[in-house]
Amino acid sequence: MDVWSSLMDGFATALTPMNFLYAVIGVILGTAVGVLPGLGPAMTVALLLPVTYALEPTSAFIMFAGIYYGGMYGGSTTSILLNTPGESSSVITAIEGNKMAKAGRAAQALATAAIGSFVAGTIGTALLALFAPIVVEFAVSLGAPSYFAIMVLALLAVTAVLGSSRLRGFSALGLGLAIGLVGMGSGQARLTFGQPLLADGLDIVVIAVAVFAVGEALWVAAHLRRTPLHAIPVGRPWMGKSDWKRSWKPWLRGTAFGFPFGALPAGGAEIPTFLSYVTEKRLSKHPEEFGKGAIEGVAGPEAANNAAAAGTLTPMLALGLPTNATAAVMLAAFTSYGIQPGPQLFASQGPLVWALIASLFIGNFLLLLINLPLAPMWAKLLQLPRPYLYAGILFFATLGAYSVNLQAFDLLLLLIFGAMGFMMRRFGLPVLPLILGVILGPRLEDQLRKALQLSSGDPAGLLSEPIAVVVYIIVVIILAFPLLLKLIRPNRPATSLLAPNATRGNEPTDVG
Amino acid sequence: MRQNRALRIAAVAAGIALMATGCGATGNAPQNSGGAAGPITGLQIMVPNTPGGGYDTTARVAAKVLDDEKISTNTEVFNLAGAGGTVGLARVVNEKANGDLTMLMGLGVVGASYTNKSEAKLTDTTPLARLIEEPGAIMVSKDSPYKTIDELVTAWKADPGSIAVGGGSSPGGPDHLLPMQLAGAVGIDATKVNFVSYDGGGDLLPAILGNKLGFAASGAGEYLQQIESGEVRVLATSGEERLEGVDAPTLKESGIDLVFSNWRGIVAPPGISDEDKAKLIGALEDMHASDAWKEALKKNSWTDAFITGDEFSTFLTEQDKRVADVLTKLGLA
Repeated sequence: MDVWSSLMDGFATALTPMNFLYAVIGVILGTAVGVLPGLGPAMTVALLLPVTYALEPTSAFIMFAGIYYGGMYGGSTTSILLNTPGESSSVITAIEGNKMAKAGRAAQALATAAIGSFVAGTIGTALLALFAPIVVEFAVSLGAPSYFAIMVLALLAVTAVLGSSRLRGFSALGLGLAIGLVGMGSGQARLTFGQPLLADGLDIVVIAVAVFAVGEALWVAAHLRRTPLHAIPVGRPWMGKSDWKRSWKPWLRGTAFGFPFGALPAGGAEIPTFLSYVTEKRLSKHPEEFGKGAIEGVAGPEAANNAAAAGTLTPMLALGLPTNATAAVMLAAFTSYGIQPGPQLFASQGPLVWALIASLFIGNFLLLLINLPLAPMWAKLLQLPRPYLYAGILFFATLGAYSVNLQAFDLLLLLIFGAMGFMMRRFGLPVLPLILGVILGPRLEDQLRKALQLSSGDPAGLLSEPIAVVVYIIVVIILAFPLLLKLIRPNRPATSLLAPNATRGNEPTDVG
Repeated sequence: MRQNRALRIAAVAAGIALMATGCGATGNAPQNSGGAAGPITGLQIMVPNTPGGGYDTTARVAAKVLDDEKISTNTEVFNLAGAGGTVGLARVVNEKANGDLTMLMGLGVVGASYTNKSEAKLTDTTPLARLIEEPGAIMVSKDSPYKTIDELVTAWKADPGSIAVGGGSSPGGPDHLLPMQLAGAVGIDATKVNFVSYDGGGDLLPAILGNKLGFAASGAGEYLQQIESGEVRVLATSGEERLEGVDAPTLKESGIDLVFSNWRGIVAPPGISDEDKAKLIGALEDMHASDAWKEALKKNSWTDAFITGDEFSTFLTEQDKRVADVLTKLGLA
């Protein structure tokens, strides 16, 4: 087969000693910058670009690919260990991952993240190699109406993670949506209080770090003297049999969510991680563990964000269309080597593209080799006494929030929302709906506005694309199902299809 | 906007990449050091938006050329982003008489100063030089029914509201001002224009390719590759002259009396001494005369549009008024 022999040629190129060395350098650099807050893979590639002009394009891109995937691996580490997500796509990982870490299962969380990323990255890369042109054609056919429908579906799924109290869950969601209103996104200044620094809205990473890490540090500090000092238990260093059994399906499902979203121009990596989380919670045999450290809640979202990373390369290579930061940087790199990505790329630069794809497979494998042995070592970090540990967390949180935009103003926001995170814990408001509100709100609004503008204000325009209609049908089925169930079996108490466990799992008072 | 931290960083990267390309070939051929007094020290160029955008790229390329040509030493480029550039603008206006600070800016900042209701205006600053410009392009998908600008304008006039106009900037930005002025030039009430704002070229391109829009207005530079492959059709460009490599007439050739260019330039705080002003303009003139700058223009597909001092000042005032008129009519200023 043509694809197969091209790929083999790619492996031959990528495995020459020099190129292999660049792949190793790339993944190590990528892992390092993924772990450090604020300095993401995009920035790293950007900073390295001028240095790599002396290299062959193939070597440079092999290194960049290593950095890209490495950053995705490393990003989960701070989320799990320190509850400090470095980028928006690892926010969901922090929810269950950090709970696992506190229960002495950090090594397992890191391992399932690493293996899940490997599985998703490998499958995603394979999909990229096989289907890039078809995927791209489909992706471009989606417009604002379809995106809006998908966002509505995602918003509906939020009801599955509201926690034991509907009132508190919806309050938290409402708070998140309100935070999402800040800024000039709509063309009008809203909730900016005349402060120009608020005009661009609030950054998700700053909010997540504030509510998760700072809020929790304050909470722990407030209770430090009253609660007995219990060290985080030392867990086993490796994944057990049941961990494997509970992880492999979420890895595959996460991949199925992540890749298509990554390939969509306005898809992104956040929504698939969250859809994966909700799905795993719904399908899990241990729903009571969600909110307390369920391994499925780490395995799924981590697979999803890595598959999205592979998906992102699809429109970049096949269309010259960057859908995230790193892809945009790599696009700039292509251009500066005088290579034009786009429909002709596979034909005109075949050897380079296939070497790049082969190096993605190799990079993934190297990352697994590096990250698995590291997991138990990272987990030891949590043995630090709590005052030192939380001081460290606050330090990293501050550094992370500052390096997003290099604005001191963001530190003020960090403190304000950190205090809010503390109050939410005090009054038992769950934090997950809040973060989802911040992520979904502005996108929902943006797509709705675009969809209505494209149809000149006619609401029928929302149904103008086939995908949108299909998604709305799914929404209606999900909404109608509990009602139908009630009609058929009137003697049973009604349960929501999406939240059968809401009364048990995710206790909002359980905040560690 | 928020979701596009990614794109902002991307932009950084793109910027650095471009910078590198821009400067790769310049080498360090030492030239004359311009003025008699030797290189300037302590010059700062502020970029009023995030790293990697067009302003950032231009500022960093300029700084590199200034340093390489020994016109200035250790030129510092820093970013002060926020509110479409008005956070940076406010800083420049506040640093009265600071002869070391300059700001790279362009048409987008003019618009933002109105839409953000900024107290600081560009007309308060000391204009130094306009550096480059880029004409806009009126683009449609290859599947669009419109083959010529005439067909498009006829349909647009018949029912302005039914044609969605996409642009890669927020209201007040260049991609918004172009279709609004085009509407004015062909006799359409600007308030009837159905403008859909996209978050930059990466967001706008899929909408063009998917034929979701009536037409798109933006700088052609970001889409050259899709224009070349035939996926995107250019109906007209808005410069004085045709755009090299793009097979489309200018608006003027098509009988529409409009010339519109997005431009970038450098301003200094208000109240700087005449001596400082002369020194800074002199440095920019030396930069403009250098081979390294010419090379950078070519590498980045920038059109040279160098004017300085009073000429730039007059131009800035005229642009400010033109933007204010358009935005006032739309109720945005």
